[in-house]
Amino acid sequence: MIQTAQTNAKKKGLIQMSAKEHLIYNPARECMSRDELHAWQSARLAETVRREYDNVPMYRARMDAKGLKPEDIRSVEDLKHLPFMQKTDLRDYYPFDLLAVPKSEIVRIQGSSGTTGKPIVAGYTRNDVDVWSEMMARTLTAAGCTKDDIVQVAYGLGLFTGGFGAYQGADRIGAMVVPMSSGNTQRQIMMMKDLGVTLLCCTPSYATYLGETIREMGLVPGKDIRLKAGCFGAEPWTEAMRQHLEELLGIDACDIYGLTEIAGPGVAFNCLEKNGMHVNEDHVIAEIIDPATGEQLPYGESGELVFTTITKTGMPMLRYRTHDICSLTDEKCECGRTFARMSRITGRTDDMLIIRGVNVFPSQIETVLVGTQGVAPHYMLIVDRVNNSDTLEVKVEMTEDMFSDTVGHIEAVRKHITDQIKSVVGIATKVTLVAPKSVPRSEGKAKRVIDNRKL
Amino acid sequence: MFIRQISVFLENHPGTLREMTELLGKGGVDLLALSIADTQSFGIVRMIIHSNQIDLAMQLLKDNGYIARINHVICAAVPDRPLGLAGLLAVIEDAGLSVEYMYSSLRKGKNGSAYMILRLNDGQKAAQVFALKDVAMLSQEDVDNL
Repeated sequence: MIQTAQTNAKKKGLIQMSAKEHLIYNPARECMSRDELHAWQSARLAETVRREYDNVPMYRARMDAKGLKPEDIRSVEDLKHLPFMQKTDLRDYYPFDLLAVPKSEIVRIQGSSGTTGKPIVAGYTRNDVDVWSEMMARTLTAAGCTKDDIVQVAYGLGLFTGGFGAYQGADRIGAMVVPMSSGNTQRQIMMMKDLGVTLLCCTPSYATYLGETIREMGLVPGKDIRLKAGCFGAEPWTEAMRQHLEELLGIDACDIYGLTEIAGPGVAFNCLEKNGMHVNEDHVIAEIIDPATGEQLPYGESGELVFTTITKTGMPMLRYRTHDICSLTDEKCECGRTFARMSRITGRTDDMLIIRGVNVFPSQIETVLVGTQGVAPHYMLIVDRVNNSDTLEVKVEMTEDMFSDTVGHIEAVRKHITDQIKSVVGIATKVTLVAPKSVPRSEGKAKRVIDNRKL
Repeated sequence: MFIRQISVFLENHPGTLREMTELLGKGGVDLLALSIADTQSFGIVRMIIHSNQIDLAMQLLKDNGYIARINHVICAAVPDRPLGLAGLLAVIEDAGLSVEYMYSSLRKGKNGSAYMILRLNDGQKAAQVFALKDVAMLSQEDVDNL
């Protein structure tokens, strides 16, 4: 740790001119010079490519098809020659065919939604769990977390990486962890108050909901609730939401970024400058590409974010296309870290939706409808945000087969569809039955989603 | 002793019921009985019409994109006075049957009776019980003469 003070939104207002003080978990790495970093990355990239080529037949075939040998990849500059990986690869080689180590070396599985009915899973070696924990320890430290803090984890603890990621990071720091998992707002607030929780990890929308409930209960942030900061991620949010959250809870609200395929939360994180998220570049290499051509774009330009892991051993990812749109900068940050920063995610290159932190693809819903007898594959998804919580309505057209003269029968069909969607997508949706032909048809790619959220 | 009923799926928002009844009305279809079951998001309109108009009505509905189907229900005559309906329901209850839905005819019954359209959980058993307990039921022909 180089410095030991902590700013929060309230203090900032009072002491405007004071410089922010930043905590850094691993200064030797996080503040290494760009030249040192380049050498570090190049060496580990070459090793990773060699391991991937020797152990993952699918990727070897892809490299062979391009006439590439592992020895062709010697430095970060050579990265652009490597073939891409995609989410569909995790589906096509599900569950273990992307492992670069024997299955016995895997100590953890985490998962996320796939593009169709099946989830995708990622295998972690002991090393990979350590790498991920280190990244989350840096993330939490950057938000002001020390071993004296009490960290409430209100991300779901399960296959979803949010909960375990936050737990591991806080545990690594030696902070006191309160593993609440998601939901049960009243109990969350009770623990927050009784234990004097100082740091909160959850989705930004849930944090807002918690904040508003705290206010409604007549509890006073700063007195009854002693939060100083929060690490919020797993869904897109805006600068306006940040300000609202900071005022609501009297905290520093930090944005974090991550994905199961690469590690989990903590791949990139806000420092207290809150001006872009530092990418943990000693563990991953970030690129921005033109999503149409696949060509690399320079710093500052907006395009698709691509990650290459260079320290993971279980399931390394080479040039993994995230489909998230953002830009990168390597301009020096006031906090002292040298790691490049990524901007907020401004959009997607595919049709993935993030609903209450869960990745949802329209194609998953389509898979369910097509697979349910008597149901037409015509549907429309309406996304909204009500009381800071995302809602997903699925409009399904009524068919002869589904129709009956009794409400009970139709409701049973509706419930069946709702349950099927829940089992595949993992979230509750509101299924609405609509008149036949009322969902617009279009030539080619139909417009299936109306997103009314103001993001 | 069953009569035919048409059920139609409607979305639950203003104008849908008018549009459908207008469609049938312009086609000359005469409604003898009608009920609406509504939930928050959708409705089911059930109706009884003369049997010689059923094909016409179904054609009109289908041509205009409605989901409709025909099924069989019971039309019972009950005394049109206080406790008249209660008597019928007591018969149903004593037989261990239950009512899934029920509505009344738009036409006034003959001989001081009211006509109730019923769907019970077991139609066959209901018809037997009604016959045994002297509950008057209308045939399709009776309905066609209304």
